[in-house]
Amino acid sequence: MLISLSWLNEFVDTSGVSVEDLSDAFNDLGLVVEGIEVVGKGLDGIVTAQVKTIRAHPGADKIRLVDVVISADQSEPLQICCGAWNFVEGDVVPLAMLGSTMPDGLKIERRKLRGEWSNGMLCSAWELKLSEDHEGILRLPEGTSLGQPIAEVLGVIADVVFDLSVEANRPDAMSVLGVARDLAPKIKRSLRAPVVKTVISEVAAPAVQTGSITASDLCDRLTTTVIRNVVVAPSPRWVQQRLAVSGMRAINNLVDASNLVMLELGIPSHAFDLDRLAGGRIDVRWASQNEHITTLDGVDRVLSRSSDREALDGVIADGGGVAVGIAAIMGGLTSEVEVDTANLLLEIAHWTPMCIARSSKRLGIRSEASARFERGSDPGAIPLAVARFVDVIRETCPNLSVESHHDVGPNRGAVRKVEVRAERVNLVLGTRLATSEMTALLSPIGFVCSPPEGADRFQVEIPSWRPDATDEINVVEEIGRHFGYRNIERRVLTNVRVGKLTDLQKNRRLIADVLVSNLCNEVWTASFVGPLDLERSGVSTEPVVLANPMAPEESLLRPTLVAGLLRTLGHNASHRSPSQRIFEMGHVFGAPKPDQVVPYERDMLGVALAADGDDASTAIRCLDSLVEALRINPAAIELRSKEIPGLHPTRSARIVGSGTGFNLGSVGEVDPEVARKWGIDRRVGLLVIDVENLCALPTRSELVSVFSRFPSSDVDLAFVVPDPTPAGHISEILRHAGAPLLQTVQLIDVYRGDRVSTGTRGLTYRLRFADPGRTLTDGDVAAVRHSCIGAVEERSAAKLRS
Amino acid sequence: MNLDHLATLQANAELAFAEAATLDALKAAEIAHVGKSAPLTLANRELGAMDDEGKRVFGAAINATRVSLGTVLSDRRGALEADARRIALEVDRLDLTEFRATESADSHGHLHLITRTIRDLEDIFVGMGFSVFNQGPEAETDWENFEALNFPPSHPARTMHDTFWVNLGSEEQVLMRTHTSPMQIRVMKQLAPPIYAVMPGRCYRRDTADARHLPVFHQIEALVIDKGISLGHLAGTIETFISAYFGRNDLKARLRPGFFPFTEPSAEFEITCPFCADGCRVCSGTGWIELGGCGMVHPNVLRNGGVDPEEWTGFAWGFGIDRLAMNRHQIDDLRVFLDNDARLLRQF
Repeated sequence: MLISLSWLNEFVDTSGVSVEDLSDAFNDLGLVVEGIEVVGKGLDGIVTAQVKTIRAHPGADKIRLVDVVISADQSEPLQICCGAWNFVEGDVVPLAMLGSTMPDGLKIERRKLRGEWSNGMLCSAWELKLSEDHEGILRLPEGTSLGQPIAEVLGVIADVVFDLSVEANRPDAMSVLGVARDLAPKIKRSLRAPVVKTVISEVAAPAVQTGSITASDLCDRLTTTVIRNVVVAPSPRWVQQRLAVSGMRAINNLVDASNLVMLELGIPSHAFDLDRLAGGRIDVRWASQNEHITTLDGVDRVLSRSSDREALDGVIADGGGVAVGIAAIMGGLTSEVEVDTANLLLEIAHWTPMCIARSSKRLGIRSEASARFERGSDPGAIPLAVARFVDVIRETCPNLSVESHHDVGPNRGAVRKVEVRAERVNLVLGTRLATSEMTALLSPIGFVCSPPEGADRFQVEIPSWRPDATDEINVVEEIGRHFGYRNIERRVLTNVRVGKLTDLQKNRRLIADVLVSNLCNEVWTASFVGPLDLERSGVSTEPVVLANPMAPEESLLRPTLVAGLLRTLGHNASHRSPSQRIFEMGHVFGAPKPDQVVPYERDMLGVALAADGDDASTAIRCLDSLVEALRINPAAIELRSKEIPGLHPTRSARIVGSGTGFNLGSVGEVDPEVARKWGIDRRVGLLVIDVENLCALPTRSELVSVFSRFPSSDVDLAFVVPDPTPAGHISEILRHAGAPLLQTVQLIDVYRGDRVSTGTRGLTYRLRFADPGRTLTDGDVAAVRHSCIGAVEERSAAKLRS
Repeated sequence: MNLDHLATLQANAELAFAEAATLDALKAAEIAHVGKSAPLTLANRELGAMDDEGKRVFGAAINATRVSLGTVLSDRRGALEADARRIALEVDRLDLTEFRATESADSHGHLHLITRTIRDLEDIFVGMGFSVFNQGPEAETDWENFEALNFPPSHPARTMHDTFWVNLGSEEQVLMRTHTSPMQIRVMKQLAPPIYAVMPGRCYRRDTADARHLPVFHQIEALVIDKGISLGHLAGTIETFISAYFGRNDLKARLRPGFFPFTEPSAEFEITCPFCADGCRVCSGTGWIELGGCGMVHPNVLRNGGVDPEEWTGFAWGFGIDRLAMNRHQIDDLRVFLDNDARLLRQF
């Protein structure tokens, strides 16, 4: 919201307050200053000049030589080099004379351009900081006298424009008057209420209504004012200037007056050409399904009506029932004010904000009007806005007459009353304000307070321009805002508890730390993937889909971390770093569980191991180091060989809970075909596991296990084992058969080759035995060795190697 | 055999010991000169044929020679052993800098910068007595992300949150959370007050990625609900936190009225720039950094979380983690995070 100081001064006297202090005051009020621009300064030495002749520049195509004079009887014209082509001989234009300084600080000096002297500069409106127009030199009206200071000719006054950021709950601050009202008490000045000459209450309201409301849930106040004998003309300069500093373009006196009133009072209005309005009246109704309207901008819009309120658009219809505007958003083309307009129907209404917000969003139109209406305009100020409109156009239409004024709908901006407890105010803000201090902060901004009832309570009347304030807590905020957040005393918390991480949180950190010690780098990949990512990764699960993705390749909620990990490996491989170990911990998403509407979400760990020499075995060692670090009982998980989509068909397994068979994840190697598709030409060890389930596995006992102080004995057993029998299965049998003397089982050698038959391999296990109470005898060891061999041969297809 | 002969034997032995260049050669010389069949040893046998005076004088001389040679021998052996050790060690010599030069940078992995930042933040809050809730769902319903947080349907405040909607349930029912604030409701429903909680996590907004925004980003949110909690506590707690995080005790927080539907009063907070004394790039020379949003939990939100706003008050505040890391580590463009380039990951 652009607010100029000169306009603000109409409602609050800011004299003697510096721009810096005003800026601080705005910030303290929550009207954040995003920019300050000084306009109309630096125009000294810029005067009106007439173009006498235009000649080609001998040394340049895009620059011409222009001879100008600053008085009619000047014999020696000044030669200027100029790059603009929008003017002709005889035009009057602004000339920055030698020695002057442009608003942007550029000093104008005599200089040579491609060998020709330039004795000054012809200026565009943009260079003079008068408008955004830098399309060419500013051409002044014919007959403008020469040699006059440009500031005088244009009636430019030096001004300061604040760019304020207005929050969604402050529709009142979307107007100069509203900003002035908030600012005045902050700089200890009083508000000057707007004064209007036109007295709307004295205008006739004939029995034949010019406005009606059919959709009472869309609009609760509609005024229609018929104004005759207007002429379309340019606005007075002060109107044009106020629009310009507010970032709006001047169009004509009628349209400009409507915009001026909107900027000044925050009340948008729409002026219909009465003679183009069938029946000379309007009605507010909901649109019918697929109703068409061509809006002011020439676009054909299709409106909607459904049984669901969510998708309803409102229209303003003429006497024949034809839509002539989209309610509160944009007028229609057919009844627009045109050059020959002589009579007006001015419509000003109060709309249900939520309806306007929905319609504006659905249609994708955000106008200055809709931005105000969807936040909530002031229903109480409508008559003031009508009068102000008439006042403004009367300057250019002295013969106008206000024929009729109708005002329908129940909302006259009645005040709401809220009870406020002083104790509550001080509790929430942490202040020690007396009731009188609170009411003194509220009254200047129109929150009228009744005398306190007892020591603590008082009633506050919420003004009609603050639709956001509905409850006591909103009044608390207003007191705090005007008291000043910076004046609130800092306090420290005194009742804090013991803070600590949960076991799961500590374990998550531990997992990351273990992986980092295993030379893995942590990555964060995007949560959104594309169908191609999943196809490349060999993932076939049905993913959850976004309704409004930014791009097809970011349209799915990732069902796996693998795609992101492989993409990362591929990226680094393409930057000559193919040797990488990476991991990610993050959420993956699947179809909702029964009775749920949100996706099934799990916190997963994914590890991709692609350092030199890494493969499935590295992934297993990685899993084991996690199991060890988390103190998980190693027997709590089992590997089940299985073909898993995207994983190497003969080098991968599911990780399941022992006994439960509960699926925890998978481990092994990425399918070489998949790796290749991601641009990775090496083996990639992979571990994917559900973090919460991993951390919930049974852990080893916390109690210390006493080890034997007597010597232990090692026995090596070599078996010939058919390939389909997992080595882990043999270990398990040995572990059971060797109990309780068996301390450890370690697979120390795997042999494949000529000395064993095809389809088998030799596995050598080293078993360490010990007794807590004595040294084992040869007989003890022989017995347990015998039972271990027996158990393996009996319970598996393995045979002791001879 | 006479004393002169003995002296010659001694001289020969000393010369042989001195000339022995290795421990093996010394051993051979030892055997030759003082061994069982060495002339010196054999000289003892001649004692038997001597008279008492001869035995005494000659015996003492042989003995003295043996003792003397023993010393020479052990000195020489010590010297040769020391040489041998020196040679062996020299063979063992390593240029330790070779290993620093040849090992790749991956002698240890690296946590992601965001994880490191989250851990730092969590640790500070834990030290302040807060509990951590970092595992909230990232896909939520409209109710949890908006309605329960006092965003009425179609409220303009929703347009500040460009939302990714999920194709589940009815239209615009399921979404990717646009902030960590839905965790306020979840924590309130899980715990009875007093509540001192901090909730870091991933959030999503449908913004085109640029240097300072990613559609996927991270926020952290603190929630305190207790008896007598005021806006003064909020400002004080922000100051306590930032001082601890930046390791300085002179940082100040500045609150400016703002608008969030789920807090009232609401504020944006700025902190004194921790990176400079008199203006820098991070604070654009103002000395202040905009960090995040905060406010007193709106009574409607407390009610939606099952907390009685008459009995309890509370505050909430939050800020972007990525932006904090960006400022602290002077990262110009957040989009570098999207590639996970090893050259970036290794730096933290």
